[in-house]
Amino acid sequence: MREKQKKLVVTFRTTAGAMAMEEACRSAAAPGRLIPVPRAITAGCGMCWAAPPESRAAIEELVVREHLDVDGLYDVLL
Amino acid sequence: MIYLDNAATTLHKPPCVGKAVLAAMGSFGNSGRGTHEESLTAARVIYGARERLAALFHCPRADHVCFTANSTEALNIAVAGLFGPGDHVISTDLEHNSVLRPLYRLRSQGGAVDFVPADRQGCIDYGDFERLLRPGTRAVVCTHGSNLTGNLLDLGRIGAFCRAHGLLFVVDASQTAGVFPINMEQWGIDVLCFTGHKSLLGPQGTGGLCVRGELPIRPWKVGGTGVHSYSETQPEAYPTRLEAGTLNGHGIAGLYAALGFLEETGIDVIRAREQALARRFWERVHGLPGVTVYGDFSDFERAPVVTLNLGECDSAEVSDELTERWEIATRPGAHCAPRLHRALGTEEQGAVRFSWSWYNTEEETDTAADAVEALAKEAR
Repeated sequence: MREKQKKLVVTFRTTAGAMAMEEACRSAAAPGRLIPVPRAITAGCGMCWAAPPESRAAIEELVVREHLDVDGLYDVLL
Repeated sequence: MIYLDNAATTLHKPPCVGKAVLAAMGSFGNSGRGTHEESLTAARVIYGARERLAALFHCPRADHVCFTANSTEALNIAVAGLFGPGDHVISTDLEHNSVLRPLYRLRSQGGAVDFVPADRQGCIDYGDFERLLRPGTRAVVCTHGSNLTGNLLDLGRIGAFCRAHGLLFVVDASQTAGVFPINMEQWGIDVLCFTGHKSLLGPQGTGGLCVRGELPIRPWKVGGTGVHSYSETQPEAYPTRLEAGTLNGHGIAGLYAALGFLEETGIDVIRAREQALARRFWERVHGLPGVTVYGDFSDFERAPVVTLNLGECDSAEVSDELTERWEIATRPGAHCAPRLHRALGTEEQGAVRFSWSWYNTEEETDTAADAVEALAKEAR
């Protein structure tokens, strides 16, 4: 298995919310990718956005600016 | 074959539509059911279609565009999910059975429905909405354009009436989506129901409803969504709320491509062409002896439909003769619009409907007018 690293995980209520997040991050050149929701997190949508922890401020700002339908933000070892 | 039954479905689609469907069938996983590239490819295109539809209809949020198989399914979801016993709804005589039957079912379940009547030209008196208002009125449910006459309803005016009285506004845009500007925000439309296979130029089996705000529509269909798997109830967030089961991803890929074509071409350009063809036909046939054309042609800001009869001839026979002798495809009969046929006085005879799309030509239109002229002479 891969060595675990600390990640910022963003969860969503719907798949549409996850797709909007991916699109917004790509447009803003924000790092990260969609992955299956790890079991440590309870989330509605089966996919989540995983990004380096240092991108938290930028992503939080993006979520507010783009009115993204986010369920929660977590720091997780993945 | 000269295809003039585009109000039923557009036969000719932009080439990109078929290519997109075929490509999707070879590359799409199940949207929202994983994060492998095949699933994400499907999810991205489906979300892209939501974005294009939201932009086209001025729906405030792309995630409030919910996909269904067609506008009939969308209208059933809206009517059954918003209204119940004790609720009163106002509609019009212009409606298709996709609106009428859900409303008749509501009435059989203890709701109440009144219809703004249409006159012999298929026009309504907007003052009738006010007259039909009563305690318990919850909504207006109506079409944007008649599939029988092509007459349009003034949605801005009806939306203002709804706002003034705190009513919900549900619109059937089957005949106008993709050709006419539709502005949910400006006109105060709460739910806009559309189908993908007519003027949106997408595949059959695509359609949906756009929901403005957090309207609590009760889903009639519940099941797998790829989210909240351990919940015993359907997720409440849009669009998942109304989208149980695997979406028609392949069809939606075609619709996405069709929406791109509409954006590139411009719906104003498309509408001008279709209206010009319909007008060209109308100008040739409306004054012919024995020809009766239905609808209000005082203004050509109307759906590209011309419906007519020849004397007392059975519309089915006329339509069949057009097919057999000139290879012209039209639609006779009742057009799933029983109330409007009664208003026009064509319940027994039916009528022959000619309807245009972007892909029709002047030459085809002239051939159709020649055919009507010849048949009208023979019928005298």
